[in-house]
Amino acid sequence: MGYVAVKGGTMAIEESIKRLKYERVKKKEVINVKEINCGMRGLIDQVMSESSLYSEELASISIKQAEGNSEEAVFLLRAYRSTLPRKHYTKPVETHHMFVERRISASFKDIPGGQILGASYDYTHRLIDFDLVEESKEEAIEWLESYEKVLKNSHNHMDINLNSIPKVVDILRKEGLLKDFVESTKEPNDITKKSIEFPTDRSQRLQVLTRGQTGAVISLGYAALRAFGAVHPTVGELRVGGLPLYIPNPLSSEQHDEDEFYIGDIKVTEVESFIPRSVKRPNGKHEIEFDIGYGICFGQNETKAIAMSLLDNCLETPNDKFPTHNEEFILLHIDSVESTGFMSHLKLPHYVTFQSELDSVRKTRKGGIQSEDII
Amino acid sequence: MIEFENPILTINNLRKQYGDGCHHCIDLEEDALEKNYCVKCGTIYACQDVSFNVYHGEILGVVGESGSGKSTMMSCMYFDQEVTSGEAYISTYEDTNLFNVSSQQKRYIRNNVLGMVYQNPLLGLKMDFSSIGNIAEKLISAGCRNIGEMQLRGQELLDHVKIPTFRMKEAPKNFSGGMQQRVQIAKALSNNPPILLLDEITTGLDLSVQANVLDLIKKIQRELGITMIVVSHDLGVIRMLADRTIVMLNGKIIEQGLTDQILEDPQHQYTQQLVYSLL
Amino acid sequence: MKISYNFGFFDEGSKREIRRATLKAIAIPGYQVPFASREMPIARGWGTGGLQLTLSLIGREDTLKVIDQGSDESVNAVNIKKLITKTTGVICTDDTEEATIIQSRHRIPEIPLNEEQILVLQVPIPEPLRGVEPSEFITKRLHGDKEYSGAWLMLFEQIIKYGTVSTGADHPVLVNDRYVMAPSPIPRFDNSKLEYSKSLILFGAGREKKVYAIPPYTKVTSLAFEDQPFEIEDFSDKYCRICGATGIYMDELVDEKTGDIYYQCNDTSFCLLGLNNSKEDLGVKYNDRI
Repeated sequence: MGYVAVKGGTMAIEESIKRLKYERVKKKEVINVKEINCGMRGLIDQVMSESSLYSEELASISIKQAEGNSEEAVFLLRAYRSTLPRKHYTKPVETHHMFVERRISASFKDIPGGQILGASYDYTHRLIDFDLVEESKEEAIEWLESYEKVLKNSHNHMDINLNSIPKVVDILRKEGLLKDFVESTKEPNDITKKSIEFPTDRSQRLQVLTRGQTGAVISLGYAALRAFGAVHPTVGELRVGGLPLYIPNPLSSEQHDEDEFYIGDIKVTEVESFIPRSVKRPNGKHEIEFDIGYGICFGQNETKAIAMSLLDNCLETPNDKFPTHNEEFILLHIDSVESTGFMSHLKLPHYVTFQSELDSVRKTRKGGIQSEDII
Repeated sequence: MIEFENPILTINNLRKQYGDGCHHCIDLEEDALEKNYCVKCGTIYACQDVSFNVYHGEILGVVGESGSGKSTMMSCMYFDQEVTSGEAYISTYEDTNLFNVSSQQKRYIRNNVLGMVYQNPLLGLKMDFSSIGNIAEKLISAGCRNIGEMQLRGQELLDHVKIPTFRMKEAPKNFSGGMQQRVQIAKALSNNPPILLLDEITTGLDLSVQANVLDLIKKIQRELGITMIVVSHDLGVIRMLADRTIVMLNGKIIEQGLTDQILEDPQHQYTQQLVYSLL
Repeated sequence: MKISYNFGFFDEGSKREIRRATLKAIAIPGYQVPFASREMPIARGWGTGGLQLTLSLIGREDTLKVIDQGSDESVNAVNIKKLITKTTGVICTDDTEEATIIQSRHRIPEIPLNEEQILVLQVPIPEPLRGVEPSEFITKRLHGDKEYSGAWLMLFEQIIKYGTVSTGADHPVLVNDRYVMAPSPIPRFDNSKLEYSKSLILFGAGREKKVYAIPPYTKVTSLAFEDQPFEIEDFSDKYCRICGATGIYMDELVDEKTGDIYYQCNDTSFCLLGLNNSKEDLGVKYNDRI
C-alpha cells in the first residue's frame, strides 16, 4: 500500500480565491473600470504615486481588482511595472513649463502670477453631502456643460499664461537668499535598476520618497515637523498641473535640442519649501540662508508632497538627535510594497522557528550547565 | 655617549583642523590666528603641529583648558577622528605611521595596543550589556572563544577595580558614575595594552570618588607598569599622577617637562597662571 | 496593455543580472551581494528573494520542489509553485530525490542532497549583526573589517544570563573562516547540513535585496565557544506518530480528542518515504511501536 501526501493546500487556495471574488460581487453590483477612472481621482493619484507608474487606466483596473485597497492596488501596479522594458527616457522636465491648475505660496501674500486656488478640498466644509446619493449622470453633465461654457469665456480674457508662471523660488534666488548651486547634469541613479547603498545620493533619496507610502511619508514628515526633527519650513510654492514630456528623436543619431517628440502630459504636484538654516561664511560670520526642501509626486498628492519636501531637507542635514534625519531610518521603511509585505509575512507559518524557540526557552528554564557557576 | 631610551610612543606634527583653511592661515605663521581659529575663513586649528614622546612605564600628563586641543589630540590618537596630517609610532607595534594604516589594523590597535577611558562612560561602554559582557567584548575581539577564561579574566579585572563580583552581570547603566568609570578602566585593561589613554576621567565625579579613581590609576601603574597618558584640565590631578607633563594652549604645546619642574618654575605666562591658581 | 510573460516571468536581461549577482556570491562564500531585487506578484517577505533566484536558474528540463516549514502542501509553498509553473511549465515533485531545484522556507530537507541539486533558501533578514547594529552602513564595514565580536558578544550575554545560548532558529555561522552569515531561520538542527554539502546552497533576501551563497564542500561552523559547544534541538526521545522515526526534526501537535502532545516528522515527504520504503535505507532510527 502506498501512502500519499494530504493535498489540502491547493484546494484551500482555490477556495480562498473564490471567496475573495464572492466578497467583491456579493452585493450584486459590479463597478465599471471607467467609473473608477472618472470618479476616484484621489485613489488613482495615490496609487500611481506609490507605484511610480503613471497610468490612470491601469490604476483604475488595479483599484477594481483590489476593491479599493491601496496596498493591493500598488502591489499590482508595481509587479506590472517590474516586467516593462524601458523603451525611452524623457528629457529632463522643467517645472517652469507646467500648465498650472493650482498654485499657492504660504511665504508671500502676493506672488507674480497670483495665488490660484484651483481644485482643492482645503476650502470645503467637511460635511457629508447626502445629495450625492441621488446624483444622476444627467444632472452632472448638465452642470459640466454650463461650467465649461463659463471656462471658455474666461480663458479669452486671461492676462496670464498658465504655461509660464514664474517660480516663487526665483524671487529668493534673485535676492541671494538661497544657497547657490551649480546646475548638475549628472545622470540620476535609478533605484529600480540598482538597489540603494548607504550613503545615498540625493536623486536616490528623492526617488524613494516620491514612491513612499503616502501615510508613512506624511507620518514621518509630521514627526519631523512637530517635535522629532530640526526643520522650520514655510511652503514657498505648491503647484499642481500638467507637465509636458519630451523624448529625444528615436530615429536620429544626432541630438539637437529642438529635435524632440512630445509624448504627452502627466499631472504632478510639486512643492518647494523654504527652510532657514544657519551657515558659516568664509569670514567666520554666521548668517541665515534658505534651504529648499523639494517634494514631487505623480497626481495631486499635496500632503505627501509637502511631507516629502520636509523629509528631503531632513535627510540633507544630518542630525544625530532625530531619527527623521537618519537616512536608513526613513528610506528603508516607507516603501508600501516592502513594509506591507514584511508585516504581512508574519501571517506565514512560523512553527518551525517557533519550535526552535520553544526548545531554547525550555533549555533556559532547565538552567544549562553553567548557571550554578555564575553567581 | 649618552644613550637615550627609545620612546614607546612618538607623535610628530599632529595637525587637526576643522575647515579648509585659506591662504591667510594655511601656513600657521605667528599671529595668523586668533586663538586657534582663522578670522578670515573660520577654520579652526584644533591641534597645530603637536609633537611629543612618551617613554615606557611613565605617566604623561596633558593639561590645558577646554579648547586647548588636548581631547582632540586624544581622540585622534585613538582613531575616533581622522587627523589632517601627522605621524604616530608605537615602538612595540610595526614601524609605520599609524595614522595611515588600514581600518582593520586600526581596530587591532584599539583592541590590543591602546586602551582608552573616556570622560563620558557612554562612549566607552555598551550600557545595555552586562559589565562582564563589556569586558568580554574586548577579549572576543582579541580572539578569545572560551567562556570560562573570559569569566575568570573578567572577574579578575573587576576585582582589580573593586567592583564586587555579584554585580558582574548587571549593566553599567545601573551603576554610579564612579563605578562606570571603573568598569571602563577594567575594560580598557582587558587585553593588557601597553599604553592606556585617560581622557578627563575624573571630571564630573564627586571629590571622594575622584580620589578613589585616582588611587586606582596609581595602583594600576604600580602593579602593571603600564604607560599612560592622562588628560586633564585640573592641574591637581596632573600633579598627583604625572611624571612628565605637557601644557597645551590653543592647539599648541607651550611647555613641557618634568611635572615637578613645571610646578616649581613655570616658564610660559599661561602655565604660570595655571600654577598660581592651583597654589 | 496585456502582456505575455517570458519563460520564468522575468526578461532574460533581469535573469542574467540575478545570475551575475549569484556568481559573485558563490565566489565569495557567505558574503551578501546586493542586487536590484524586482517586485513580484508575490508579496515581499513571502519569498520573493528565493523566487528570483529560482526563476533565474530554472530551465525546461528542471524538476521543482517547493516547501515551507518542511511541507510541500503548505499554502505558501503551493502558491509559489503555482507562479513558477504558470510561467515555466516545469514539472513539480514532492520527492526530494527527484527534484533538481528545491526552494525552501525555514528548513533543509532531511535527505542529504547531491551534486546535481540546488537548494534555494528564503531569507527575511540577511544581516547576522542586525541585532547588535541597526545601521546597514556600519554593518557593511564590520564585515569588511572581519569585526564580528558583536555576534559573539550576543551569544556570550545569553550564556551569562541563561546559562545557555538562547538563539532559536537562524543561529549565525562562520563560512569558509571568513564571513559570518545568517543561515535564514532554519532550526539549529539544520545548520550542520550546510557544511560540506554536496549541493549548492543559495540564499535570497528579496526585500533586503541581497543574495548570498555556500558553494558545495565549504567549511561552515555554527558560532559557539570552546567550552560551550553548539547545541541543536533534541528529538532523540521523541518519535513520529505516523512513521515512527526518531531523532529528526519534529512538529509538536496537540491531539484534539485527548489533549495529549504528540510529534510527527516535519519533513512531510521524508515521512512518506519512510512509510512507503524500507526504513533502513534512510539512515534514521525508527521506533518499533509504529
